[in-house]
Amino acid sequence: MENTQQQTTAHPAATGHQSEIIRQELLAPIGKYSPLNRLWIGFLSVIVLWGIAIYARQCIWGLGTTAMRNYVSWGLYISTFVFFIGISHSGTLVSAILRITNKEWRRPITRSAELLTWVSLLFGGMMPIIDMGRPERIPNLILFGRLQSPLVWDIICIGTYFTGSTIFLYLPMIPDIAICRDRLSGNASRFRKWIYRKLSLGWKDTAANWHKLEKTMKIMTIIIMPIAVSVHTVVGYIFAMTLRPGWNSTVFGPYFVAGALYSGSAAVVLVMVAFRKMYHLEKYITLKQFNYMGQLVLALTIIYAYFNVNEYAVPAYKMESAEGFLLKELFQGRYATIFWTLQFGTVLFPAFILAFPKGRTPLFASIACIIIVIGAWVKRYIIVIPTLLHPFMPIQKVPVTWAEYFPNWVEWSITIAALAGIFLVITLFAKIFPIISVWEVEEGQEFERKKKMVDAMIEKENAQQLQPQSN
Amino acid sequence: MENENNNKDRRNFLKLGIFTTATVAAVGTGLSKVFSENNPPQASGKKVKVMTADGKLVEVDSAHLKCCSSPPVSNEEARKGIEGKKFVMVIDLAKCDGCATCTVSCQKMHHTPPEREWIKVFKMQDSEKTAPYFFPKPCYHCDNPPCTKVCPVNATFKRQDGIVLIDNTRCIGCRFCMAACPYSTRFFNWDKPEESAEVASMPYSPEQSFPRKMGTVEKCDFCPHMLREGKLPDCVANCAMNAIYMGDANEDAVTSSSGETVQLSKLLEDNAGFRYMEELGTEPRVYYLPPKNRRYPKPEMHNEKQSEKKGHDMMNMKM
Repeated sequence: MENTQQQTTAHPAATGHQSEIIRQELLAPIGKYSPLNRLWIGFLSVIVLWGIAIYARQCIWGLGTTAMRNYVSWGLYISTFVFFIGISHSGTLVSAILRITNKEWRRPITRSAELLTWVSLLFGGMMPIIDMGRPERIPNLILFGRLQSPLVWDIICIGTYFTGSTIFLYLPMIPDIAICRDRLSGNASRFRKWIYRKLSLGWKDTAANWHKLEKTMKIMTIIIMPIAVSVHTVVGYIFAMTLRPGWNSTVFGPYFVAGALYSGSAAVVLVMVAFRKMYHLEKYITLKQFNYMGQLVLALTIIYAYFNVNEYAVPAYKMESAEGFLLKELFQGRYATIFWTLQFGTVLFPAFILAFPKGRTPLFASIACIIIVIGAWVKRYIIVIPTLLHPFMPIQKVPVTWAEYFPNWVEWSITIAALAGIFLVITLFAKIFPIISVWEVEEGQEFERKKKMVDAMIEKENAQQLQPQSN
Repeated sequence: MENENNNKDRRNFLKLGIFTTATVAAVGTGLSKVFSENNPPQASGKKVKVMTADGKLVEVDSAHLKCCSSPPVSNEEARKGIEGKKFVMVIDLAKCDGCATCTVSCQKMHHTPPEREWIKVFKMQDSEKTAPYFFPKPCYHCDNPPCTKVCPVNATFKRQDGIVLIDNTRCIGCRFCMAACPYSTRFFNWDKPEESAEVASMPYSPEQSFPRKMGTVEKCDFCPHMLREGKLPDCVANCAMNAIYMGDANEDAVTSSSGETVQLSKLLEDNAGFRYMEELGTEPRVYYLPPKNRRYPKPEMHNEKQSEKKGHDMMNMKM
């Protein structure tokens, strides 16, 4: 950490020609809306508005407008909740791990990773509210809240994580917002000027400010990691705390954390690809980033595969009655195709792609990661629905709609709208704030330059007046 | 519903001076029916066996029985439960012939839609070679209830008399309790409830579970509004086979539809009573007596299998 200390005190001076180029390039997309951008934003807005309208309809006519019935009482909304919360893991955890281990290659990707966390948490947190039969009774959670309920653990953990990742996203943005304030104010709209002025908190390029930022970031980086782990653990506990076959599992906490990291890190790669392409950031998000992120996703995929073995192979060996019945359905019954496609197609196959250096180039890595992300979503569905359709009591004498489930257009509309909402917020964010952390990239360049300089000087002669730890 | 008589009856009852020191809550508690000879109405000729407070079984004319029904109790009262009671149900699988009168009478009393069966009669077969049997299943009102544990707002709760209820004025509709219940006992009001204007305008109490509210959960409630009046729940009272007993574990007595009151511990002892899926540790308050020595046709499992709902083969589903 001393390392960064050195750099940051040196940082204010580092506004040479090099950083001028960086600033120009990274701030270029801000405030500029190409026709394609407008079309994209318009498209997403329409989907989101449609979803809001359908949700209003659902509020009026009840959850009976969905395909959920008494057996499958949780459906696409809750599966998507778990999926979105999983995606949210990525960001912060990836960025925090890379920050704390001081990986230089992290610099151009931390912002988008943190943003992805923040947005998917925002929409992930909405899903259970959308799923509620009486959303207007949310105050009851405060008035009569029971700490014994895993749902309340979720609210506490997700709330804490959301607050934490807001801070974690915002802190390193402050110097960038100040740059925007100072550089872009001239031609920016009044709204944006106001945002920059307010959000930069009067940031000045002083050593004291940098020191403060450095210190708070260090604390936040450490705090955010256990919070992130806790979040997906308690999401897993929602299921694991029941007696249901398929959910009644002691491995669910870590299994969900592993699943979250697997899908989340893949989603980070996709965001990287998207911004690299859209904003021509090839110079900053390089093959190096894809190679390293690819390795990270590969490692997390293998860990996830390991948890799958634990989750399915252990009970499958014993085939205890009700659990065995569910497993039979998964392995060779009506979910067999989807189950094995998930295991081989969306876990082992992407791992296979990513295992090769060529598989970690942007094209192949994004193919692997799309497969992972979709697979993770379907997997959540396969965790939630089959268990609900295989209760201990046999399903007898009920309307056919109770004994089967596939999400109907209402659920799809609202869920797709939530997904569009995530895209929309990310898109708009990148139009207001730099999606690549300007000062961190500058700092990296500066660090790189100094390193080279020091290396040269060491080679020359005595190095006692130089930074001793620039190894 | 004898709501129109409720107030009058209660006034009469209080006038009689029996249990004058007792509280209203305590008054309604007896399954051991309260009766009086101070104010004899015309005898109807119909004799009913009842148990007195000191445990004696006596036969009285049904016209002498006094109801002590009261209007729906407040939510606070409904949360406390009936003092001194531990309600318990026993279902004799040897007697059940699967007629589902219990289901129908329950639906009538609770104004439930036809597909929603608070007490449901399953056709069961534990394995291929074992005997099939009918299996009525109400809410088990577990002593270690998985449902109340997970409720985030205490909308479903366990009372001192053992009953698990839902307060639909507090329920947020998260359906966690439905996911947590291993017996698929709970139902959700997915749509606007279809109730007659009369039902919809009745005062709500968690003890009778209607009028319903969209977006909230409901289930079998053991009819505490009947128990308060010393009456049997409709599923018990209307069972033609005398297969369902309801009673108080503290009194060690349960009563069936014939009015026959028997000792709970002896009933369970003599018939090797058991609780369904004991291994889950939920401690149900509903006991079963095994389906042996039956004198009625067994369920036709083969046909049932044919008509079984898509994809769910209950023969494979060992209970």
